Amino acid sequence: MKIHEYQAKSLLKKYDVPVQEGLAINDMKYFDDVISVLKEKGISQFVVKSQIHAGGRGKGKVYSKENRDELVVEGGVKFIGSDSEKGKEYAAKLLGNILVTHQTGGDGKEVQTLFITEGIDYRKELYIGILLDRTISKNVIMASTEGGVEIEKVAEETPEKIIKVWIDPSVGLLSYQARELAFGLGLEGNVNKNFIKFITNLYRAYEGLDASLLEINPMVITEDDNVIALDAKVTLDDNSFYRHKDYPELKDENEEDPLELEAAKYNLNYIKLDGNVGCMVNGAGLAMGTMDLIKLAGGSPANFLDVGGTATPDTVENGFKIILSDKNVKAILINIFGGIVRCDRVATGVVQAAKNINITVPVVVRLQGTNADEAKKILDESGLNLISATTLEEAAEKVTESLSKN
Amino acid sequence: MSILVNKKTKVVVQGITGSEGSFHASQMIEYGTNVVAGVTPGKGGSLFQDKVPVFNSVKDAVEATSADASVIFVPASFAADAIIEAADAGINVIVCITEGIPTKDMISVYDYVKNKNTDTHKVRFIGPNCPGIITPGECKIGIMPGFIHKKGRVGVISRSGTLTYEAVWQLTQLGIGQSTCIGIGGDPVIGTRFIDAVQLFNEDKDTDAIVMIGEIGGSAEEEAAYYIKKNVKKPVIGFIAGRTAPPGRRMGHAGAIISGGKGTADEKIKVMKECGIIMVDSPADIGITAKNALDKIAKKSLVKTAKPKTAKTVSSSKKSK
Repeated sequence: MKIHEYQAKSLLKKYDVPVQEGLAINDMKYFDDVISVLKEKGISQFVVKSQIHAGGRGKGKVYSKENRDELVVEGGVKFIGSDSEKGKEYAAKLLGNILVTHQTGGDGKEVQTLFITEGIDYRKELYIGILLDRTISKNVIMASTEGGVEIEKVAEETPEKIIKVWIDPSVGLLSYQARELAFGLGLEGNVNKNFIKFITNLYRAYEGLDASLLEINPMVITEDDNVIALDAKVTLDDNSFYRHKDYPELKDENEEDPLELEAAKYNLNYIKLDGNVGCMVNGAGLAMGTMDLIKLAGGSPANFLDVGGTATPDTVENGFKIILSDKNVKAILINIFGGIVRCDRVATGVVQAAKNINITVPVVVRLQGTNADEAKKILDESGLNLISATTLEEAAEKVTESLSKN
Repeated sequence: MSILVNKKTKVVVQGITGSEGSFHASQMIEYGTNVVAGVTPGKGGSLFQDKVPVFNSVKDAVEATSADASVIFVPASFAADAIIEAADAGINVIVCITEGIPTKDMISVYDYVKNKNTDTHKVRFIGPNCPGIITPGECKIGIMPGFIHKKGRVGVISRSGTLTYEAVWQLTQLGIGQSTCIGIGGDPVIGTRFIDAVQLFNEDKDTDAIVMIGEIGGSAEEEAAYYIKKNVKKPVIGFIAGRTAPPGRRMGHAGAIISGGKGTADEKIKVMKECGIIMVDSPADIGITAKNALDKIAKKSLVKTAKPKTAKTVSSSKKSK
């Protein structure tokens, strides 16, 4: 699960990682209060930061929500100095409007939260990232002197500028490794010492939080030699939620597709795509394979939907509802491999669900495995507009056929 | 005739009295798997379905039954402990079906189990979040439907569950049997990787060809592909699911994600092709592509054995001219 910068920073603070101070607002009426609270803390210059789940906010463009062609302001993050009135004007332009960055795609994302933070004078920007190195099943800390730049770009153009340290799970991050990173980044004196504290706590946070990605870009060095996380990107491991009871609260539903949220309520694993053929499949791998098959059949997948191992009448009915809420869908392919779940039962479920819902697009149903022949019979004799198929190849052909008729 | 498991394998089921565990234990027994024991802490001394003894620990089960393989059906929060318990009890093949184990736990488990290996004792850990392993007609350890398989000479390795069933079913329908099918799982950290399974199939004299079913995320397919290029003479047929998957989204499996532009299907397919793997575009064609590859080697060996004869007939026909 992705979380916002302001949430990430509050989690990091619990592990004594120095972060840029700030407060989040979701309504302009809180702006003045936040400024006075920050001023009481001795902060005299400010930064306004849009909170969306995408990078490149600083270089993004803000468009009006009402009129998507109207450019409201350039940049979703700005240093506003000590003039809080000017900051208020800028903040008002962000909140409720659409921020488009290179990571959001053309649709952009609505800015619903702003993070008002202290403005920090710094003399150096660095990069720190912690994640799993899947090739050796160990965590790796990556550091680079090229802060503020996308790490993918650094990796491609100047890979020698990335220093890596792999963590042995039985002993954790060792002091010599922290020193290796510090000296590798060319840090000396007090900065060196402060960095070692910083990275040690940051790794402790990564482990303690069950993070699957922790990226500080940039991590800055201030005039007085402090090391501070200016930005923070944290992705939390969804599998760890059972031991972090507070994590579900961190989910920002505004960042999710409404159909995906709806599907989650039914325990369906659904991801919306922008194609014209909806699909419902049991199992993630087969679901991906089915999406690929739709593409080869001349269509384009409208979604990923894994209904799980059982595919009961209820899940099938809910799946139909979700898929049909997407108006781009011109045909549906149901692909169930009945192993332990019997195909005739699934077929009965499909027929029952189809009777309950007004289905206006052709539905190709491919059931294979246990009792597939009985299943086909049930579908064919249902009197409903269901096109049955037995092999995957046949299913693809029938999808192509249905699309050409449209 | 297979890799890792066969009719001699003695299986202990961890979590045998749970709903998943008991259902699949019965399915395994029905298939003919030699299930010798179950483990549920606190229920030691009882019998599962009036015949399989249940123990409080894997250690007790191993001491009493000499079980050498284990299959784990315990909830995600207990799974890491269960895997390590099996490894400590001296189990050789540990299969973890459980889905949803935190990555942090798996990093430690992976390291721990790896360090259990010595020159004389090899521990093979499969999964987690996988369908398991089956040697058709001999031993099924996992949740796959048994009937779709057929005894034969093609090895199947896959990160997915139902997509594997699909591929196996296509093979079986074409009359092509499998030596062993192994589901390695869809998580970012897994015990047995493609490269490990490929190596085993390559060394197995009863496997003639290998089917490898991968998906987006990570670079395990590429790693195996380079190994294949260097070491494997048997035909390898490959499919990668997720060509149409969007970047940055987790496609069901925790490990199926394109991140930072890495782990795309196109990238994997390109490397696998370059390494001589026969790549299948459509998931509908996995079976037929394997059949064609097998027919080709059959023909080759036919030509080899038939050569002297043809040579003779040619020369004799020349003479008669």
